[in-house]
Amino acid sequence: MFKILSKELLAPNIYRMDIEAPRVAQSAKPGQFIILRLDEKGERVPLTIADYDAAKGSVTIVIQTVGYSTGKLCELNPGDMIADFAGPLGQPSEFVHDSPGELSRKRILFVAGGVGTAPVYPQVKWLSEHGIKADVIIGAKNKDTLIFVNEMEAVAGNVYVATDDGSAGYKGLVTALLCDLIDNQGKHYDEVIAIGPMIMMKFVAQTTLKYGIKTIVSLNTLMVDGTGMCGACRVTVGGKTRFTCVDGPEFDGHQVDFDEAMRRQGMYRTIESRKAHMAEERAQGHACNIGLDR
Amino acid sequence: MANKIGRVPVREQDPQVRVTNFEEVCYGYSLEEAQLEASRCLHCRKPRCVDHCPVSVQIPQFIAELAAGDLAAAAAVIAQDSSLPSVCGRVCPQESQCEGACILGIKGEPVAIGKMERFVGDWALEHADEMQAADRTAPNGHKVAVIGSGPAGLACASDLAKMGYQVTIFEALHKPGGVLEYGIPEFRLPKSRVVAREIDNVRKLGVKIETDVIVGRTVTIDELLDREGYEAVFVGSGAGLPRFMNIPGENLNGVQSANEFLTRVNLMKAYDNSYDTPVYVGQRVVVVGGGNVAMDAVRTAARLGALSSIVYRRSEAELPARVEEVHHAKQEGIEFRMLSNPVEILGDEKGWVRAIRCIRMELGEPDASGRRSPVEIPGSEFELPCDVVIMALGTSPNPLIVSTTEGLEATKRGCLVADEAYGATTRAGIFAGGDAVTGAATVILAMGAGRKAAEGIDRYIRAKG
Repeated sequence: MFKILSKELLAPNIYRMDIEAPRVAQSAKPGQFIILRLDEKGERVPLTIADYDAAKGSVTIVIQTVGYSTGKLCELNPGDMIADFAGPLGQPSEFVHDSPGELSRKRILFVAGGVGTAPVYPQVKWLSEHGIKADVIIGAKNKDTLIFVNEMEAVAGNVYVATDDGSAGYKGLVTALLCDLIDNQGKHYDEVIAIGPMIMMKFVAQTTLKYGIKTIVSLNTLMVDGTGMCGACRVTVGGKTRFTCVDGPEFDGHQVDFDEAMRRQGMYRTIESRKAHMAEERAQGHACNIGLDR
Repeated sequence: MANKIGRVPVREQDPQVRVTNFEEVCYGYSLEEAQLEASRCLHCRKPRCVDHCPVSVQIPQFIAELAAGDLAAAAAVIAQDSSLPSVCGRVCPQESQCEGACILGIKGEPVAIGKMERFVGDWALEHADEMQAADRTAPNGHKVAVIGSGPAGLACASDLAKMGYQVTIFEALHKPGGVLEYGIPEFRLPKSRVVAREIDNVRKLGVKIETDVIVGRTVTIDELLDREGYEAVFVGSGAGLPRFMNIPGENLNGVQSANEFLTRVNLMKAYDNSYDTPVYVGQRVVVVGGGNVAMDAVRTAARLGALSSIVYRRSEAELPARVEEVHHAKQEGIEFRMLSNPVEILGDEKGWVRAIRCIRMELGEPDASGRRSPVEIPGSEFELPCDVVIMALGTSPNPLIVSTTEGLEATKRGCLVADEAYGATTRAGIFAGGDAVTGAATVILAMGAGRKAAEGIDRYIRAKG
């Protein structure tokens, strides 16, 4: 069992939690993820690591209530236990393996979208600790849904904000801001790392392809075990089938078949919404007369 | 008497009923039935059955105790060589092991060794509390780490614990058992009644099991040796990496590996709506492959309500699955399409499976392994409509441990190189056994390898002084 040490509401429906998991904290590197299971009947949910503290033995996750399991997780409080918390999983970010010389020459721009801002943070922080100030674009619907802006400013070079409605920073999509930085503000980047909704990563990759900038994306596919034994997370990268959980989650964004990845991501949508609906009905004391809830 | 009666039949759930539930198909023997069957054993002076059991269970001895009605003694005889009798009695391919060698099988039916072992094993589980603490040795102060809690790891850990070692098993998933938990379905191997209790017995020997630890990620073998004070490591991480065919359409929605399908259903209990993990099964399921995993997947799909077929490229005689499971599958209405090989999976406009295109095969000359290799018949393609395709083509070892441990050699197929006698790998202090060394094989072979490695580890640690 793994204890929830703290919980904080970052934005509507977005929570940050510190989980006591010394082994994971000890080994975690930027870019990796964990899989958690709430309780005996729970499913295994993959979440990218948002921060880690080996000394404290804690790992930070950021969760948005998008479905049944994330909803249940967000109802838990400090002191509550999570049945399983396994990791770190996947490959660390590529730059972790770079030599200090190589690193110091790199001009990196991160593009973070929504709750995907959280996993960008440990990467920017790691680079900062190794003498690199990376730039970051944070995109959100509006100013209330922006997260990690202050934390990011503490470790990044420039932090640019884009909101759909213009309530904070640049009004418009992250891709438009990206073009603005390069076309009008004289910015040069050797590498772009994009983490956020699949559709955002797809368009960031399309945009950077035009500028010829190497682009890494962190794929959030469906997963079951997260250790390479099932292939639920498989994606096509450069024409080859790869398992996101062991070969990724980070891949060359210009090689990913995003349309296939998005289609596969939606495979359980119908079953999941039906399950969430039934759980809601059960919670309200309604028993299904035709036995759908059994 | 032995030749006067035939093999005592075993009671089973009605096929029409069982295909609608996940309860165990075979009910097993009652005491009277087991004793009657025990009376058929000839007690050969040189028992061929023992030679053909991969862990050399003293079969005639336990049968004699069973016949005499001393079940505790029968259980103790088996326990000397096997830590999972309830499991092995159920899932071993006895026809090619102990029972295949039974002398009675030459003219009639062999003694039902598996069913009797199962009976004794189940009795021991029921009476575990009374039988405790028989063979716990005084601790010898040495620590050994076991990676993987499947049959190989459990067998190795039990033997080491009995010798006095302090053993910790590290398991990547949230439940111990390996393939016993995520692979073999409930209707063949009950989880809480059999698997969990067999594992509890391993714990009672003093073995600690740490779940949610992925060796190679959460902690490396070197950290276990250098930082955590383990003196030797046994790698029983199995062969869990699924193969795909690399044919067009394999990433369509509805195509999954048997590992994914079975993990969702067995480990995550997706068949029970009170559990949160979903499973998609559609109306018509095609399972590609002919091994036990293919049979498990196709029979599971049938229980989830789908019309289910097996597609296999060789003929029925070559099916690698247990004879009993093929028989059960047929009784349950599974359609078998032999000598057919998929060439493409076809999708609809939304990217979901709508059919699988296969080509007919004929058997050619025997290959190096002695099996007749299938050859395509040109122009014989046909389409099978379906909405789910499950690939059960075999598995290979996961490269995670080899890639994160210096000095561990693996073969081209990813199998760890280990010596036959004691499972010693290419690096001192690291031993390996089971599917991680052989590639996908059987539960009992994995257990046998785990036991040999326990002996190897004991010798290694003693030699170190």
